[in-house]
Amino acid sequence: MAQSVQTHTGETLEHPLGLRGVVADISSDQRAFKNVSWGKAMMWIFLLSDTFIFGCFLLAYMTARMSTPVPWPNPSEVFALTIGGQEIPLILIAIMTFILISSSGTMAMAVNFGYRRDRRTTAALMLLTAVLGASFVGMQAFEWSKLISEGVRPWENPWGAAQFGSSFFMITGFHGTHVSIGVLFLLIVARKVWRGDFDTERRGFFTSRRGNYEIVEIMGLYWHFVDLVWVFIFAFFYLW
Amino acid sequence: MVDIRSDASAAIPPAEVEDVELYHPRSWWTKYVFSQDAKIIAIQYSMTAIAIGMVALVLSWLMRLQLGFPGTFDFIDADHYYQFITMHGMIMVIYLLTALFLGGFGNYLIPLMVGARDMVFPYANMLSYWLYLLAVLVLAAGFFAPGGPTGAGWTLYPPQAILSGTPGGKDWGILLMLSSLILFIIGFTMGGLNYVVTVLQGRARGMTLMRMPLTIWGIFTATIMALLAFPALFVAAVMMLFDRLLGTSFFMPAIVEMGEQLKQGGGSPILFQHLFWFFGHPEVYIVALPAFGIVSDLISTHARKNIFGYRMMVWAIVIIGALSFIVWAHHMYVSGMNPKFGFFFATTTLIIAVPTAIKVYNWVLTLWRGDIHLSLPMLFALAFIVTFVNGGLTGLFLGNVVVDVPLSDTMFVVAHFHMVMGVAPIMVIFGAIYHWYPKVTGRMLNEAMGQIHFWVTFLGAYLIFFPMHYLGLLGIPRRYHDLGEAAFVPESAHTLNAFISVMALTVGAAQILFLFNLVWSLKKGREAGGNPWRATTLEWQTPQTPPAHGNWGKELPVVYRWAYDYSVPGAAEDFIPQNQPGLGGPTREAAS
Repeated sequence: MAQSVQTHTGETLEHPLGLRGVVADISSDQRAFKNVSWGKAMMWIFLLSDTFIFGCFLLAYMTARMSTPVPWPNPSEVFALTIGGQEIPLILIAIMTFILISSSGTMAMAVNFGYRRDRRTTAALMLLTAVLGASFVGMQAFEWSKLISEGVRPWENPWGAAQFGSSFFMITGFHGTHVSIGVLFLLIVARKVWRGDFDTERRGFFTSRRGNYEIVEIMGLYWHFVDLVWVFIFAFFYLW
Repeated sequence: MVDIRSDASAAIPPAEVEDVELYHPRSWWTKYVFSQDAKIIAIQYSMTAIAIGMVALVLSWLMRLQLGFPGTFDFIDADHYYQFITMHGMIMVIYLLTALFLGGFGNYLIPLMVGARDMVFPYANMLSYWLYLLAVLVLAAGFFAPGGPTGAGWTLYPPQAILSGTPGGKDWGILLMLSSLILFIIGFTMGGLNYVVTVLQGRARGMTLMRMPLTIWGIFTATIMALLAFPALFVAAVMMLFDRLLGTSFFMPAIVEMGEQLKQGGGSPILFQHLFWFFGHPEVYIVALPAFGIVSDLISTHARKNIFGYRMMVWAIVIIGALSFIVWAHHMYVSGMNPKFGFFFATTTLIIAVPTAIKVYNWVLTLWRGDIHLSLPMLFALAFIVTFVNGGLTGLFLGNVVVDVPLSDTMFVVAHFHMVMGVAPIMVIFGAIYHWYPKVTGRMLNEAMGQIHFWVTFLGAYLIFFPMHYLGLLGIPRRYHDLGEAAFVPESAHTLNAFISVMALTVGAAQILFLFNLVWSLKKGREAGGNPWRATTLEWQTPQTPPAHGNWGKELPVVYRWAYDYSVPGAAEDFIPQNQPGLGGPTREAAS
């Protein structure tokens, strides 16, 4: 089975149907993914690789949690804050999650305004995203210091399995590092947007290549990924 | 000549991607040292990999001296022996083979063979090399650190890897090893993303994926695998660093060290093995797939015949790559798993034999009635097929649980994996260097030295590893510093060990001749011209040899056909370059 398609030059090419057609499309001329720029393709593939890193971290944590002979501390109690004399479970982490997910919203708006070449609004929204991200990291630092003051260490804690502290610091630390790197790059890109680099096609300092507003979207891909990872950490670490 | 597939088409769609702006170096430093040109980066990668590979070669000599003539060399005590084994294994697998195939050949060949000017992100590509160099230096620093390098075995199994009984366990050794691995993975990711995106999104007009040379298919698939497999090693390395530095217990069960109960406990050593082999098994194919791809091109070019079953070859590469992610626990049959896991992993392991066998048959069928030129690349390609089949067959023994249990941790395993992922890929690397050296330097490698190098290396390597199977069947354990007096070890086993050691030194000496050839031919070699092997692929069609910065002069090449149009009936020559529209020669007008 075959169907004829027209090329840009007006000639007809036989185009196979079914699975063969899928292969022919993906393996077609020059680019496997049409209208996907190099930078965006690279970010997607990097995120796929990074998914495996977080996947391994989370699987290792689950293995440790299931195989340790000592009881696991109860997250609802460990991650509770006493506010006004009342102990509210998971309140801090709920706020942190809310902030981080909101920052995904501002990031998406920044991408939108970037493609409209509205550089001031784009830069402002990116800055807002960076502020939200930084406040997330700040609250995480607060949570860390609270747990440390209660005696949680990577090698021990007062409530049960030692792997609780080690997994907690390792996984949230690795995620926090991702958020911090994201904040740093948000600031760098926001500065470039603000300065109008992508309107004047100014060359990059290191790469000497001309940038464009797509970098805002690529930055956004990373940021949404970091958010998505947090949802999994939140579910597997705090809600389990 | 019945299976000629002519998909040459004159209708090439217009360019979808604009020609790129290249970074143009302004000084000697940015041209040759901090270069963003994939070809220079490839040479830097290759030279670093070969340099550290020589260290690993010397380590193997020292090990063989001890095994062949135990007690003769006082300075090789048990600790040193384990350090040599560990460093030899890790260097050969990661810092030599992975870096040379992907960082070396990948960087040089991908842009040239797909018709690109350079990698898509040259700056990240440059960083990739410098991080790799840093990783190598950190690794090598282990030799000079207090306590020496780690002696945990290349698999670095905890808890022993971080305990005081193991060399480097409580000193610097294990820390430097883990840090070096982490650096390597970060550096590799930068390069690997480049290779993948260049193949997917940066090809020349007319270069569909199904027209790419199999070399690129092999390197491309291996790079994707590496990007998905190295994360597991990264995570394992980070967690073991924490176990060692912070006293966490990810991998540490309740344990007594030197008569003292450690504070650690509750961790799972098996977890490390799963993480390690989730990386480790794909790693075997990360090394093997580029070799499969390169050897296909060598055989086709030097037998003047199109590759047999091109589509099957591509799918076999992809299927092997996918399957290799679900076989890892066949390295752990004796680690204490649920027997049902053993059944599952033995099944998947044996299924891999199917696409692999398809590849071997297709290589042989490509040779069948070909116009075989016994040039050096072809000799090495033939040697690859022989050693790979040998190693593959012993893999069937080890893939089955019941056969593996008595054979595991014997010399049989050493013989198996050296045949299949040591000697076989190294044969391809040599063949590839003899094949592409003329493109890189403009001169041929010396043929006489090459012949000596080939025969000593091939026969010697066979004589090293083939007898090891017998040692393994006798039950001679691996990783033993000294066999001592054991009733089950006959005198002949010691004689065989001494013989193997002599062969190892001989083969090692041949490599020095090879290195000399590399340097000597640089100035004294015969002028090669642009296309000495009369090959079809794009890298041989560059306007300059060696290719200039940007590879292609003003106009990017346009691709009209697949990479295997050799001995096409009616064509002017016995090969048609990929960027030639018609059959060439007098019939050119009629054909196009």
